[in-house]
Parts: sequence; C-alpha cells; structure tokens
Amino acid sequence: MNPLKPARAHPGAPFTLTFDSREIEALPGQTIAAALWASGVTSWRTTRDGGRARGVFCGIGVCFDCLVTVDGRPNLRACLVPAAPGTDVRTQEGTGHDD
Amino acid sequence: MTEHRPVLAVIGAGPAGLAAALAAGSRGVRVVLIDSAAEARGQFYRQPAPGLGARRPQALHHQRRTWERLRAGLDTHLAADRVTHLSDRHVWCVERDSTRFTVHALVGPEQERSVAVRADGVLLATGGYEKVLPFPGWTLPGVVAAGGAQALLKGGLVLPGRTAVVAGTGPLLLPVATGLSAAGARVAALVESTAPGAFVRHTRLWSTAPAKLTEGVVHATRLLRDKVSVLTRHTVSEAHGTERLESVTVAALDAEGRPVPGTERRIACDILAVGHGMLPHTDLADGLGCRLDGPRVYADDEQRTDVPGVWAAGETTGIGGAALSLAEGHIAGRSAAARLAGGVPDPREWAPAARARTRSRSFFAALESAYATRPVRWTEQVTDETVVCRCEEVTAGAVREAVGTLGAGDLRTVKLLTRAGMGWCQGRMCEPGVAGVAGCELLPARRMLARPVPLGVLAASAEHTATPGQ
Ligand SMILES: Cc1cc2nc3c(=O)[nH]c(=O)nc-3n(C[C@H](O)[C@H](O)[C@H](O)COP(=O)(O)OP(=O)(O)OC[C@H]3O[C@@H](n4cnc5c(N)ncnc54)[C@H](O)[C@@H]3O)c2cc1C
Ligand code: FES
Repeated sequence: MNPLKPARAHPGAPFTLTFDSREIEALPGQTIAAALWASGVTSWRTTRDGGRARGVFCGIGVCFDCLVTVDGRPNLRACLVPAAPGTDVRTQEGTGHDD
Repeated sequence: MTEHRPVLAVIGAGPAGLAAALAAGSRGVRVVLIDSAAEARGQFYRQPAPGLGARRPQALHHQRRTWERLRAGLDTHLAADRVTHLSDRHVWCVERDSTRFTVHALVGPEQERSVAVRADGVLLATGGYEKVLPFPGWTLPGVVAAGGAQALLKGGLVLPGRTAVVAGTGPLLLPVATGLSAAGARVAALVESTAPGAFVRHTRLWSTAPAKLTEGVVHATRLLRDKVSVLTRHTVSEAHGTERLESVTVAALDAEGRPVPGTERRIACDILAVGHGMLPHTDLADGLGCRLDGPRVYADDEQRTDVPGVWAAGETTGIGGAALSLAEGHIAGRSAAARLAGGVPDPREWAPAARARTRSRSFFAALESAYATRPVRWTEQVTDETVVCRCEEVTAGAVREAVGTLGAGDLRTVKLLTRAGMGWCQGRMCEPGVAGVAGCELLPARRMLARPVPLGVLAASAEHTATPGQ
C-alpha cells in the first residue's frame, strides 16, 4: 500500500520534522496533517472539556479539529500549514494556552 | 500605467473562479484572483503538491484535459499581467462603499496579518463544504469527512490507514471510494443510505450528461474490479475505538429508514470516510447583503447577485459539480467584463455555456431527488451521549434538553442555550446535525466574518495590497 505509486510520484528529498520530540519524515509539498498521517499519527490534539483525542476531519480548513502547536504557536490548522524541515510540532492540549 | 481598466476581484480559484478569471481577463478586465490555497485549482482539480513530483496525477484525478486548458489559459493571463493571483489569502470580509469594494484577507496559514484589495466588482466563487451528520463515534480519530480524505489523498498523497469504509450518502462517495482504492487502501465497503438505483435506470437523464455517465461508469467498474462491496440502504450506525477508529457497525435500513434489527454487523477498518452531501459557502455574500435562496446565494441568468457589482458562480450558488461551476464561472466572467466596462452583455455570446448550465442543473436536480427518495431516520440513532457540536463538545442530550425542557424552537435559541455552533468553525460542521437533532429548520447562519479574525487585525487598519493598474 503506497499512494505514491499509482500517481508515479518521485518526490523531492524527504526531510524531517519533530512531533512531540520524535522525528518524523515528510515529503516536500505535504501539509503537517499529511506528514503526520503518512507516519501513522492520526491525532494531535485533545479537546478542552473531555480531553478527547482529535486530528484531521474536514481536511480543508473548515472544521478546526486539526489544531496543533507549531514552533510554539498554538491553534494552527495542521491541514493548511505546510511541513518544513525542522518544524517543531507538538500535541495541543485544550486551548493550547494551558501551561 | 495610465489607462484605467476596471478591476474584478474573483474570490476562489476552483473551476468557477478560474473560468470567470479567464473570461473576464480576455475581455479587458484586470482580474485579481484570490484564494486561500497555495495553488489555483479548488476542490475538483486538486492534485499532488508540485514537490511530490507526481508523473501520473491523473491516476487519482478526472478530466485532466480541461484542467490543463484552464492552467494554460491562466498562465497566459498571468504572463500578460491581465490576471494577478494572490494565493494563501483567506478572505474574511468584503466591504462595499458607494462605488467600490474592499476585499480583506488574512495572509498565509498563520493568519495574523490582513491585506486589502480594492476592486470595482466582486465575483464570489468560494465553492462549498461537506455536510457530515453526527452518529456515535464520529469524533474518533480515523473518522474523516469523505471529501477530506479525498483532499489529503489527492493533495498530499497519503492514506491514514489500510482498511477503509466509505459511508453516508451522495455522489461524492463514489470518487472517494475509488480514490482510496486506487491509492492502495482496501475498501471494505461503500455504505450508501439511500438506493439511487432508480436513478441509474433513468437513461434519458443520463443521456443529457454523457461526461458524468462515463465518470460514473469508470468509478463503478473500478469498484467492481477491486471487489468493493457496495451496500445501498445501509448505514453506519456507530464507529468504535478507544484512541482511534477500530471498526464500525453497519446495518440495513427498512422502508421507514430505521435499522433492521438483526442486520447489524461489525466491519473492522481504520479509516471511515463519511459524508452526507455538500453545502454552499454563503458568508461573504451574506456579509455583502446579497439575497440567499435557502442555503445558496441567489444569482440571475447573468450570475449577478441582487447587490450591484457582485457576481456569484459555482457551488456558492448551489451544489452541482465541476461542469456546472465552469459554465457559471464563464458566464459570470463575461457578464462582469461587459458590465464593469459600462455596457450590457449579449447573452447570445455565451449560449453554449448557458446550455451546459441548464443541462447540469437539471441533471443535478434529478440526482439530488434520487438520493433524497427514502427517509433516513438518522436522528433516532444519535444517542444522548453523542457529541453533535465538535468544537464546543455539546451532546445530543443537551440539545434535546434545550428543546424539550427549555422550549427552544429554533437553531439560534438552541445555540444560545447550549453553545452548539459557537466554536471555531462557527457552526459550519454542526449546524445540519444540531438542526436535525433539535427538529429545527436549517437556515444558513448569519456569520459576521467568513473566518475567525485575530482581534489585533480587527483593531489595526489593514495594509493595502497594491492592486495592479492603480
Ligand atoms: C473537500 C472536497 C473534495 C471534493 N472532491 C471532489 C471530487 O473528488 N470529485 C468531484 O466530482 N467533486 C468533488 N468535490 C465537489 C467540488 O466542490 C465541485 O465539483 C467543484 O470543485 C466546485 O467548484 P467551485 O469552483 O464552485 O468550488 P471549489 O472547487 O470548491 O473552489 C472554491 C475555492 O475557493 C476558495 N475559498 C473558499 N472560501 C474562501 C475564502 N473565504 N477566501 C479565499 N478563498 C476561499 C477555496 O480554497 C477553493 O479553492 C469536492 C468538494 C469538497 C468540499
Ligand atoms: S481538518 Fe478541518 S480544519 Fe483542518
């Protein structure tokens, strides 16, 4: 199973970013959500009241379920932000302003 | 530059906005094409980001040739400076003074800075978004909107799991199922709650939409080849898992739209792509004071709204697919070019597009009624514990209490009593679900702003983006 295959994709050199301090590989052009998904991470936020896990839902910037902390800035939509080498991505707890 | 050419701001660079920009750009108008995405293409033509180096993007993609024509046309206009493309701009409000418009847009994914574009006319081509109705477990990671799965797949070439179930209702489920399957996921089932079979047999209608017919046949053949089991009159009644999706319960529906006892079965899967149709984006039109007809922006035969200087095209004016969006965009662009130059357009000049528009509209009206023929009592399957408003974590029980005990009779009162629809997404995801559970009518909510805007931006006077030609 490799979605790169049917599209015969020959991406540029992969790079790494960190997700909660662990290294994750991303391909040029992928959003943070796509890079996390490709590495098997499907949730990166907990809700404010229930503390429930959430990740991407609408995929196009409408639902705000995919909020994430990027380089220290909370509440960014992972489905919109491009992945870049060395980006520090962190699970966002609650409002992202809790600590 | 001394010559004054009228400036048309086209908001949205999907099929409708692209067709409009090309038509207006060819007819003496200076076009500023504004879109929130990094690339001009919208939903239907979404494709892998350039960095992914896809040599065969058509594997996940339809009507590549039309796209290539649009792309080439856009490149020509960009090079000749007739069209300016502002990508990564999220329009949050359009202001109108006596004669002109100011389009305010937040920049980039950070959205901390706003820019403004001045224009003589505005064309709204912002498309639509998906409707997903709530059910127990729909907030589990791994459950995604059907179009969202499609977007991540087409744009980022990723799959979030190995085994997918595609469920809900509507024509979008077919390309999503074939897309996931083509990308290498095992599609365990396509679960459609209605039975659009009568429509499939309606050959006279299909003959009016040959392109759609071949597209449908391609999808169906692919599903057969990949041995995807297609279950019509079935529903996913629950998604299960702890940290993420592990399986779904699927049940057959009776003639009344209720699950038939004894037909429930579990299907193991780690992706559930679910969708129940689409809704038009109407906030910018609403903010400008344009008339809405139910969920869509009103437009006349020239695609003009009832506010002078404002046109609307594509799924903003009603869901109807890419071909309809292209036709409407073309007409809107030509009308705007003529009107902004102080003239009156001759509709005979766009007769082929008008015919395509009529054809697509009647095709989609029939499709819609085919999908709406059978009742689905989905609200009865929504347990009191089910979260219906994802942002504010409001349960169905709280909504029912607001209606039953507290006497709320409309969506606005439900919102004030429960906070359903007050969160980040401003009700875009939960409105249909909350309305259904509450038994209230679904009317488009009035949103002051089309995007959440940082207070600092509202307080500061916007930087003006130099509009070419001024
Ligand atoms: C997620 C998703 C996936 C879809 N996938 C398919 C598919 O695979 N096959 C299919 O047949 N149909 C698909 N559709 C249906 C699709 O909407 C139509 O076929 C077609 O793309 C509509 O064209 P349009 O030009 O009206 O709008 P769109 O193509 O949706 O284009 C609208 C554009 O406006 C931009 N925009 C919206 N609001 C703003 C704003 N405030 N500021 C700036 N820019 C804005 C958006 O970024 C987008 O680029 C999908 C729809 C969605 C929502
Ligand atoms: S997934 Fe909905 S906003 Fe990102």
